[in-house]
Amino acid sequence: MAERVLRAWRGDRSGGRFEDYTVEADPGMVVLDLVHRAQAGPAPDLACRWNCKAGKCGSCSMEINGRPRLACMTRVGDFAPDEPIVVQPLKAFPIIRDLVTDVRWNYQQNKRIAPFTPGPAPADGNYRMSQTDVDRVQEFRKCIECFLCQDTCHVIRDHDKKADFVGPRFMIRLASLDMHPLDTVDRIPAVRDSYGSGYCNITRCCTEVCPEHIGITDNAIIPLKERVVSRFYDPIAMAIRAFFGTKSEPGKRPMAAPQTKVP
Amino acid sequence: MSTATGGHLAGFGDTHRRDAWWVGPVLTVLGLGVWLLYYAWAALQGEYYAAGPLLSPFYAPLLFADPSRAGAAAAEHAFFGSWPAWWPAFIPASPALLIGFLPGVFRMTCYYYRKAYYRAFFGMPPGCAVGPVPHDYRGETGLLLIQNLHRYTLYIAIALLPFLWFEALRSFVYEGQVGIGLGSVLLVVNAALLSGYTLGCHAWRHLVGGRLNCFSCDGGAEASHKAWSFTSWLNVRHMPFAWASLGWILLCDAYIRLVSMGVIQDPNTWSGAF
Repeated sequence: MAERVLRAWRGDRSGGRFEDYTVEADPGMVVLDLVHRAQAGPAPDLACRWNCKAGKCGSCSMEINGRPRLACMTRVGDFAPDEPIVVQPLKAFPIIRDLVTDVRWNYQQNKRIAPFTPGPAPADGNYRMSQTDVDRVQEFRKCIECFLCQDTCHVIRDHDKKADFVGPRFMIRLASLDMHPLDTVDRIPAVRDSYGSGYCNITRCCTEVCPEHIGITDNAIIPLKERVVSRFYDPIAMAIRAFFGTKSEPGKRPMAAPQTKVP
Repeated sequence: MSTATGGHLAGFGDTHRRDAWWVGPVLTVLGLGVWLLYYAWAALQGEYYAAGPLLSPFYAPLLFADPSRAGAAAAEHAFFGSWPAWWPAFIPASPALLIGFLPGVFRMTCYYYRKAYYRAFFGMPPGCAVGPVPHDYRGETGLLLIQNLHRYTLYIAIALLPFLWFEALRSFVYEGQVGIGLGSVLLVVNAALLSGYTLGCHAWRHLVGGRLNCFSCDGGAEASHKAWSFTSWLNVRHMPFAWASLGWILLCDAYIRLVSMGVIQDPNTWSGAF
């Protein structure tokens, strides 16, 4: 057993301060264990959201020594023995109390996205996809909605462009729907105009913090940006579409206007 | 250093991170800075860019040549012969100036390099969870919409690849004799690295298959899936290919320049000196 200093931010929207708690740390413990030790000892009222303690529920997202991380997946031993472990709430979202933030804006973004809309089912009533096509979109389904990518995205975090850009998590969702071979909704105009793909300048922080190691930038955001290029900025592709009189992708129909942007 | 609610720091470069997040941006500034300075110097020389069968990749494809310059290629080596008389006197007579900007704009609009220079040169942001340069951020929606022309710069870069391979393979023939030298090997590796970088491009990945929603719907889509899978393999390695190809092309130019100047000799099967 060794003593570690847990430096936790305490407060709410009106303000707060850092407080140090010295707690015992066992080998192999994660930061969430330290928070629980503090709650069991010197700080019983320290607020922290958590649930599975296995990196699958996405609840214990916080900033640990300046980096957005899951507290349950961050080992205490990764930090130098004399280094205080600084825990803070996510910067991008309003604070409720201590380490707990109000992430409802994310769920509001989710509601703005047209859900999966397959075409008519085949005669036997069974939709089919080949494994090749499943493999591509399966990666996006690994998302646990921890919102660490949303927190580290500087467009949301530092520039507060919540009214303009849905953030990496929902670019993943849009990619998973737009690339789905059975889906019939054309989301590309909305990806540019309503969901703000142009605001991402691909600095890849979302990919760096993703605990599920989803290729957010390379496999979701950039492919969507390239689809936007084909639709709006590639004169040859635009001329071909104009010649053949097609506006949407084959097999897709225009999406109804998305719900109002939520700042 | 200002502090926001939650104890977060809000100024440029401010962060609670204690790791060496600044190493990446510093190395990027140093790497790209040194490379650009060397390239600007080498491209303006117009001399010592050829030695025997070796042609600096900064100067390939060679459109025109002025054989009167020291270390220049023969006029027959150039696709359009001797240096044109109409070339303005106030611009250095260097063949590199005719083609160098083409791969340059490809790299400038590349998705990997955008990350690198947005972070390192423009602080947008300098690191993850590190305070950015305060400004009215518009991302790539305003002036930077021009980045969307990346696929056109890709077409140019792909068109240049056969010329680089041609020059690399031509370097194995000198005065009618097939042989091999260190310079020839360097040029082959150069063409291979540039091919790996170019064909791992995100825009190429989209064009060869990423644009499709169904990889199994017909025979053509299955072929596209194979091409997309190969490009995806290269795409995962886009950053190492970007840096390796950038460094190697500089190495090739420096090597050929030193051989051409007589500072070093190229070890080869044609008995050494060119």
